[in-house]
Amino acid sequence: MKETADNTQIITGNYATAMAAKLSRVQVVAAYPITPQSPATEALSQFVERGELDAEYVRVESEHSALGVCIAASTVGARTFTATSANGLAYMCEQLHWAAGARLPIVLACVNRAMAAPWSVLNDQQDSISQRDTGWIQIYARNSQEILDSIIQAYKIAESLYVPVMVGYDGYILSHTVMPVDIPNQEQVDRFLPPYKPHTILDPAAPQNLNLVTLANPRQDAHGVMCHGYMELRYLLQEALESSLETIVEVDSEFNDTFGRSYGGTYWGYRLEDANLILVAMGSLATEATVAVDQLRQRGHRAGLLALRVYRPFPRQAMISATKKAELIVVFDKNISYGYEGATCSDLKAALYGSGIQVPVHNYIAGLGGRDVKARELADAAERSLRQVEEGRPQKEVEWLNCHI
Amino acid sequence: MHTRDCGNISGVSFPSIGEAGKTGDWRELTPVIDPLKCIPVKRHKPSCFLCWLYCPEAAIKRGIPVEIDLEYCKGCGICAEECPTGAIAMVEENNLTAG
Repeated sequence: MKETADNTQIITGNYATAMAAKLSRVQVVAAYPITPQSPATEALSQFVERGELDAEYVRVESEHSALGVCIAASTVGARTFTATSANGLAYMCEQLHWAAGARLPIVLACVNRAMAAPWSVLNDQQDSISQRDTGWIQIYARNSQEILDSIIQAYKIAESLYVPVMVGYDGYILSHTVMPVDIPNQEQVDRFLPPYKPHTILDPAAPQNLNLVTLANPRQDAHGVMCHGYMELRYLLQEALESSLETIVEVDSEFNDTFGRSYGGTYWGYRLEDANLILVAMGSLATEATVAVDQLRQRGHRAGLLALRVYRPFPRQAMISATKKAELIVVFDKNISYGYEGATCSDLKAALYGSGIQVPVHNYIAGLGGRDVKARELADAAERSLRQVEEGRPQKEVEWLNCHI
Repeated sequence: MHTRDCGNISGVSFPSIGEAGKTGDWRELTPVIDPLKCIPVKRHKPSCFLCWLYCPEAAIKRGIPVEIDLEYCKGCGICAEECPTGAIAMVEENNLTAG
């Protein structure tokens, strides 16, 4: 049953994050402050201190320890939350792999920030993109409402599959700007999100070795049961990530039934139905690109936007279906895989290979280290690509947008 | 051989003897106890047992005489190092079999 909560507050993306963790009844929060994440965890520590959130707030000396605490707490059956940015996320790297391999449904908010060196506290998506292969699900939010809703959804996704989920949102652009957000009431969230049930609990009454040295080949355990080797366990992680494409869509749909809001599951489109010029972007850049699509339409192009909401698992089939009518695809990346191209561009091209869709895919690197990206610049870039294709040159080198070198 | 039936989704095992394999395979030097120097044997009562205390593999039994389980003893030599009377000698496997 849909309910109109009518509890709209004007809040930042970071506050939306803190509210989401609180509404999800997290039991352990461990985080180390880093710009631009800090206000989110400061708000959470206030909730705990005021007694509004019944959770342990564990103060740690580093991000590595923050995720270590979450891993330990999740192992004994607590719902855990952490948040970080950029170098903080990089510092967690080893533990990110561990959390996924141990199949712990931790939820992490990554307030996307450029990686040093040189130091930058401003936004791009290099931080979470460079943790792509850790086995975490990655969701990118486009506004504060989606941040709040995605974190609540993330717990449901994570705990039904035992896979950790990272919710990314752009530093400052979303973390520090205010916008109206409908705060769901606690009863609604409780109905949507049942308590966390761990798959294996660390319990002194039933001693087990967890995440022990696992040899290459399967072998029998002490009870004579043939157990997985390393490859089998990693295959199960891959299987879980692949099946999560369906789970993410289902959870989004259930969320819609309860709260009256949905986000398209793994991707969302804007004026995509008849589009033959398709712009692709993620996070707040996608929001910006909707304006670029309107401008391109005004200039007489059948433009549309394909916005990735979920980057891992990569929604291959959805990408193929959404680009069937495309004659040109223009991908904007707020990241780069150095020595090659933008990560979402590579992945999109790989998804289209063998699908029968053989259209030019152009790639623009945009907004690194907080460089402002204007809708007009996106529209101009798409038009530049279009012109080049019409001139009979479908291949285009990766272009760094608005780079004054 | 299928492993899915074990039902685990992460690495799990139950503590048991030899869970990590028969580590005696690793041994190059074998501890040999001289009963004439071993305190519990000399006194005919439970005493000392420092070798038992220090053995990282729990491969030593507190008994009279003290026994070492060579299926799991890795030959690390900590027992020989810790023995206050020098009752334990680390002997090369080849010499042991020859002798």
